[in-house]
Amino acid sequence: MTEYRLSGAELEAAFQTRVDDERRIEPKDWMPDAYRKNLVRQISQHAHSEIIGMQPEGNWITRAPTLKRKMILLAKVQDEGGHGLYLYSAAETLGASREDMIEALHQGRAKYASIFNYPTLTWADIGMIGWLVDGAAIVNQISLQRTSYGPYSRAMIRICKEESFHQRQGFEILMALAAGSEAQKAMAQDALNRWWWPTLMMFGPHDSESAHSAQSMQWKIKRKSNDELRQDFVDQTVPQADFLGLKIPDPELRWNEDRGHYDFGEIDWDEFWTVVSGNGLCNRERLARHRKAHQDGKWVREAMRAYEEKRRARAA
Amino acid sequence: MTGRRAHGRGHPGRAAALFEFALALGDDALVLGQRLSEWCGNAPFLEEDLALANVALDCIGRANLFYRYAAELDGEGRNADQLAFLRGSREYRNLLICELPIGDFAFTMARQAMVDTFNLPYLKRLARSTDPRIAAIAAKAAKESRYHLQRSREWVLRLAGGTGESRAKIQSAFDALWGYCPEMFEMTSGETALLKSGVSVDRAAMKADWERAMKAVLAEAALEAPEGKWTISGGRNGLHTEHHGYLLAEMQSVQRAWPGLEW
Repeated sequence: MTEYRLSGAELEAAFQTRVDDERRIEPKDWMPDAYRKNLVRQISQHAHSEIIGMQPEGNWITRAPTLKRKMILLAKVQDEGGHGLYLYSAAETLGASREDMIEALHQGRAKYASIFNYPTLTWADIGMIGWLVDGAAIVNQISLQRTSYGPYSRAMIRICKEESFHQRQGFEILMALAAGSEAQKAMAQDALNRWWWPTLMMFGPHDSESAHSAQSMQWKIKRKSNDELRQDFVDQTVPQADFLGLKIPDPELRWNEDRGHYDFGEIDWDEFWTVVSGNGLCNRERLARHRKAHQDGKWVREAMRAYEEKRRARAA
Repeated sequence: MTGRRAHGRGHPGRAAALFEFALALGDDALVLGQRLSEWCGNAPFLEEDLALANVALDCIGRANLFYRYAAELDGEGRNADQLAFLRGSREYRNLLICELPIGDFAFTMARQAMVDTFNLPYLKRLARSTDPRIAAIAAKAAKESRYHLQRSREWVLRLAGGTGESRAKIQSAFDALWGYCPEMFEMTSGETALLKSGVSVDRAAMKADWERAMKAVLAEAALEAPEGKWTISGGRNGLHTEHHGYLLAEMQSVQRAWPGLEW
């Protein structure tokens, strides 16, 4: 560790100045412990979301309806795994280990995006995840490209590019359904009815209720508030739903000329907290599945380590 | 599938044989790719989720190319997706080794090592096919298989040289799979017919080299070469294992439930 000649308060002031000047914080720079902790929490949660998110989409890899769709979906789920990898690496620059982060996930100490606790019931759900869920993720992540921590910011720039591609692919699935038979249109509408509200919940509680928001905004870990991001998402998505000929399941949704934004109804916060607290439709299954894959793979990881140790011993 | 009316270039019998040939190669690749894709999200660690998905993608991409060519030759005018999603198990022509369930990681890697050890030299020869479409697909696929083989071979060495548990698992995987390998060297009558014009490759002639290569890997890994006294085959005649029907039922479910639509 570097020895610092400055006092804690001076260091903290210098740090905040650096953040305020929009200069990135890098792994070897001094940072407040709480900043480090907050980032590890947020980045690992983000990484876990990518990894758990592989499950609902992976649920349709073996059933994708055409060869092209199968390849696109498989490549997409693979990209999500890749995002998980960059993010775990970004968190590792802060001193967290991947094994510890996975353990925290398995013990329920670390969260992941609640949206992935909803099931993918039909093929149209794969379109909805691309269009809505990736669309919401992009709205969130675009602002994170300028997040104050360098490795996180760079990971987000790379991830955003791929997510935009995924969102277009999701939209394209829905365009095919929207241009298809009555059964396909109904499948798309049913999927929108089920995914719309959970997607709005992805932006988190109202700003007034958000536990980490104020500090994260000051440190520029977060750049826009939950409610601002949610509004951005609604504004960009309503015209796209119109284009698809799908009806957003919100009777209160209407354009507000004065605000220059869409007004929309209130989220069912009981449902939000039910899912966040672990009691959504798939919370238990998602974690159980991840634990099982990890457990089933233990002998492989052990074999790999043992093999490397033997090889190193021979080389020595 | 004898008696199928086929059109296309040249002699009608040749087009039918070429259709069957491309179709069987497509089936091998799709069924193995489908199996490999089951690992996505279930692998022992994240890097391996990505790597197995890569190999699966190569297989499915390869299947798509072979099917597209087969579709052009098809007497019934089906497209690639109809060939993949609307044929039943008895019409599928894949090798049985491709359809066996993924088993544990050792089983998957042992199968992959056996198939890759066959595929690389096979595809390199097929890349010199007198049929330019087959040759082009094979040339692309050979490049992918070189990487697949490098990976599967390394995994065999790692698992064999890892722990007692991993060693036992990889050994029993080879033992369980060995009898499915001779089918890779069986020639169909169509392949034999296409051999004369230099379109297909003599699989039977590759057997000795394959055995030598496999035994060399097994020896390097200090594993025992399984006894070659049993053989199970039938895939090329549409006689599959009981697993095959489930694989197709899952893979084809959307197309079967809503036939004739665009997705």
